[in-house]
Amino acid sequence: MAEVRLLSTTAILGYGFPAESLTRGMARRPDLIGADAGSVDPGPYYLGSGKGFTSPRAVKRDLQLMLRAASDHGVPVVISTAGGAGGQPHLEATAAIAREIAAEDKLGFKMALIGSEQDKELLATRAEAGQTKPLAGLPPLTRRTIEASTRIVGLMGPEPYRAALDAGAQVIIAGRSTDPAPWAAAVLRGGLGHAEAWYAGKMLECGAEPALPKKEDCLFVTVGDGYVECEPTNPIRRCTPLSVANFALHENSSPIRHIEPGGILDTSACRFDAVSDRAVRISGMRWEPAERLTIKLEGVELAGFRSITICATRDPVLIANIEPYLAKVREVVADKSAAFGIAPEAYRLIIRSYGLNGVMGDLEPLANTPAHELCFVVEAVCETQEQAAAVIGMARLTMLHSDFAGRLCKEGNMAIPFSPSDIDVGPMYRFNVFHTVEAMSPTELFPITYETV
Amino acid sequence: MARIGSIAQVCKSKNAGPFHFTIDVVFEDAAMFRDVKATGVINAELFAKLYKVDLDQVQFTIYDAAMAFKATVPRKIPAGDFGDTDVYGAQQHAPLLDIDIPINALA
Repeated sequence: MAEVRLLSTTAILGYGFPAESLTRGMARRPDLIGADAGSVDPGPYYLGSGKGFTSPRAVKRDLQLMLRAASDHGVPVVISTAGGAGGQPHLEATAAIAREIAAEDKLGFKMALIGSEQDKELLATRAEAGQTKPLAGLPPLTRRTIEASTRIVGLMGPEPYRAALDAGAQVIIAGRSTDPAPWAAAVLRGGLGHAEAWYAGKMLECGAEPALPKKEDCLFVTVGDGYVECEPTNPIRRCTPLSVANFALHENSSPIRHIEPGGILDTSACRFDAVSDRAVRISGMRWEPAERLTIKLEGVELAGFRSITICATRDPVLIANIEPYLAKVREVVADKSAAFGIAPEAYRLIIRSYGLNGVMGDLEPLANTPAHELCFVVEAVCETQEQAAAVIGMARLTMLHSDFAGRLCKEGNMAIPFSPSDIDVGPMYRFNVFHTVEAMSPTELFPITYETV
Repeated sequence: MARIGSIAQVCKSKNAGPFHFTIDVVFEDAAMFRDVKATGVINAELFAKLYKVDLDQVQFTIYDAAMAFKATVPRKIPAGDFGDTDVYGAQQHAPLLDIDIPINALA
């Protein structure tokens, strides 16, 4: 029976991995190497702005090692969810880095770029035809929501990757994908089943995350009929039955039912057996095909422009009276901002009090723990950056110089760590699309272009 | 009695997509996991109470293979939206740490 061997280099392209781990992995003759480059986890900004989540410098370092190794061994390379969010700008920026590496290292390859940014008109038509469904309790998708979106991507499954591999692509750079998709493609192409393919993908999506001790590193996975076997290539790390089983908990709502395009991976009957003190064999995974093919969509819209200021107090008198003080600051900011033409309804102001429920907010069980210092991150969001900067300037001044009962620190209430003290953060985005759309085929929404590099 | 924070090997939270937190409590000792599970204290109701959501909004799984309890709850504010305090959802585990489990944890 066929075996498929796969090497994942790191948790996210640009997070780094030891070069030696890649060398060790290549010695085991993988059929494909790759790295996922993205996640929805860093929030809506990257999809909205089109900016990469990891720096071009860090991406180039990782990709260069991978392209060199792949070229030396004649193995395809796959980068999924390029640039963090998988939009068109992310795809193009990653492709530009690949071309730059090829020119520097005198490498030549056939490169496939798989797009995942969605055509708004097509989506609107499907939404109006009742072919979209909301997830996570969002309202139904409307033409208006779609048109208000800055950017919408679809999460591709394995099929576009499979098509690109079938077409002879040696380097694939793809947009937004479900994390296991490229790996599942290679396994399915090797003639193995969906259950093994998707489970292998789950193991590989974050590099050596299923191994201990945890650090960005390479993971080697061998897939055969009915099983998936995991082993980190760095000898200082090992997979144990528990470390591998634990990874099923990672970023999923359920460890036993993983919803994917085209079906559900059921891991409730999985067995985890040590095959050495560093390798684990998983078996018993099952695949339930879905009745209808749906593609998950992620979209964001512009929510305004943000400015922030950071300040802290070490004054016990102020800390003892902080709630009324902050209430007064909000009032003064509202009055003074209105005076220069920004009414209270034209901005949103939050004073985050770190040291006083700043992380947990209303969910904090230790709500009244005394602090000897408090840090405030004050943010203003407005329709324009100029307005946000004006409001935050007033908020910083008011935090620093307002009176309060018993005040001894009459030259200023706040320690401010930076000059400039006010920071324009730029556009703020929010998730507005988290829906599924029915697709005619698994490749329909994901156009592939090829080029010879 | 024993605090979860002193008997579990992992107590963590993370996003499960932009609209949910998922919280895991994991044990490395099979006997301890079995005892904790037998008390029934870590259940969907506990997460509903700690995260101030309705019981039917809690997706709760006991995952024996990983000796883990897992709950997924909706976020009050989506990741990165105005007023969110934890874009990655990585620091929402704290309320669990002080939950007492009625077991003898001298071991």
